[in-house]
Amino acid sequence: MSAEPANNRPQTEERIWKYLESVPDPEIPVLSVVDLGIIRAVNVAAGTVEVVVTPTYSGCPATEVIEKSIVDCLAENGIDDVVLKRVLSPPWSTAWISDAGREKLRAYGIAPPEDDAGKRSLMDSLRAIACPRCDATSTTLVSEFGSTPCKASYKCESCLEPFEYFKCI
Amino acid sequence: MNSKQALFKYLVRLGDNALVLAQRLIEIVADGPELEEELANANFSLDYLGQARLFYTYAGEVEGKGRTEDDFAFLRSDREFENVLLVEQPNGHFGDVIVRSVLFDAFYLLQLEALSACSDERLVEIAIKAAKEIRYHLRYGSQWLVRLGDGTEESRRRVQRSLDDLWKYTGELFAGDEIDEAFRAEFAGPDLAAMRATWASNIAAIVKEATLELPEDGWMAGGGREGRHSEGFGYMIAEMQHLQRSYPGLNW
Repeated sequence: MSAEPANNRPQTEERIWKYLESVPDPEIPVLSVVDLGIIRAVNVAAGTVEVVVTPTYSGCPATEVIEKSIVDCLAENGIDDVVLKRVLSPPWSTAWISDAGREKLRAYGIAPPEDDAGKRSLMDSLRAIACPRCDATSTTLVSEFGSTPCKASYKCESCLEPFEYFKCI
Repeated sequence: MNSKQALFKYLVRLGDNALVLAQRLIEIVADGPELEEELANANFSLDYLGQARLFYTYAGEVEGKGRTEDDFAFLRSDREFENVLLVEQPNGHFGDVIVRSVLFDAFYLLQLEALSACSDERLVEIAIKAAKEIRYHLRYGSQWLVRLGDGTEESRRRVQRSLDDLWKYTGELFAGDEIDEAFRAEFAGPDLAAMRATWASNIAAIVKEATLELPEDGWMAGGGREGRHSEGFGYMIAEMQHLQRSYPGLNW
């Protein structure tokens, strides 16, 4: 019902951010790429849209899929002239996951990241992670790695449910 | 050797270490002691693979002959790989895998931290990113080393043997050559002697915590960085390169 076709409207950075909120992370589809904090900038200049993306992990196999989803999403909104720029610096940090994203993770059954793992020393014990289902903090680390590089496997000693924890990096 | 050549060669070696360890670790998939550890090591493999891709892609750009990451990984012969011998050692049992990872990661993390302050901006970015990942690997490996060393009599005996057997590959990590010297001079690269001292004291601390005996430095193996590899290496890269060799130019 819009007054004019999408491709005739001037594209603003704000509108493009809005479009990107509908692009899911392929491995955690409740999170959008915006929630995840991997879209570092959107620049519109002379009819070209530049989207600056940073990978979560160097070897994240979802990187290519995410980039394709971004291009597809913008194409659906009438934007064909898209330049994707991949940047490594500053490196992605779980601190960039939005508050909305953290709540979505919890509701999805994944405990959101709690602190900055990079600052922990080698042998420090892990801090207690609250179970995303029952909020109990009596939980046990099962493995430092879960189904993807970004998650660890935990078990709740209270409700006995296994759950994943989004690790801090 | 001019500065461009030094940077190129240094990048390829970084890529080779990361790629070869990635390939060894991926061999654990469907062959791990238990699912969680198999997944952990598969995920480490992905990190190393991602880092190798960044190093190779950059190396190709520095070289300026149009080579891509795939050219470096799939279209070079065994003698053209200049990784250290440590990373290519066969997996053996889980204790061997853990010891190999701890010895290498303790070195690689120091190398990346030093590179985070070198004078090449792009390499700095890659190194900062990769160091975050390797810090996590080293934590995992150290915890397992302690669990195995300070575990049962059998786990202790076997992991001590792994440490003794793999120790001879640690000398090569710090045996600099003209590429290291040129890279250090041109780009404020790592000081290997200083790194070695820090590495030795970090490893000694982990080994002590694991109640294991630190091996004495004896004869050290070398040659990987000149392209002379262990017997198993050719088989490993033959498998790794099989698709590209059989179907040249194949794409997903």
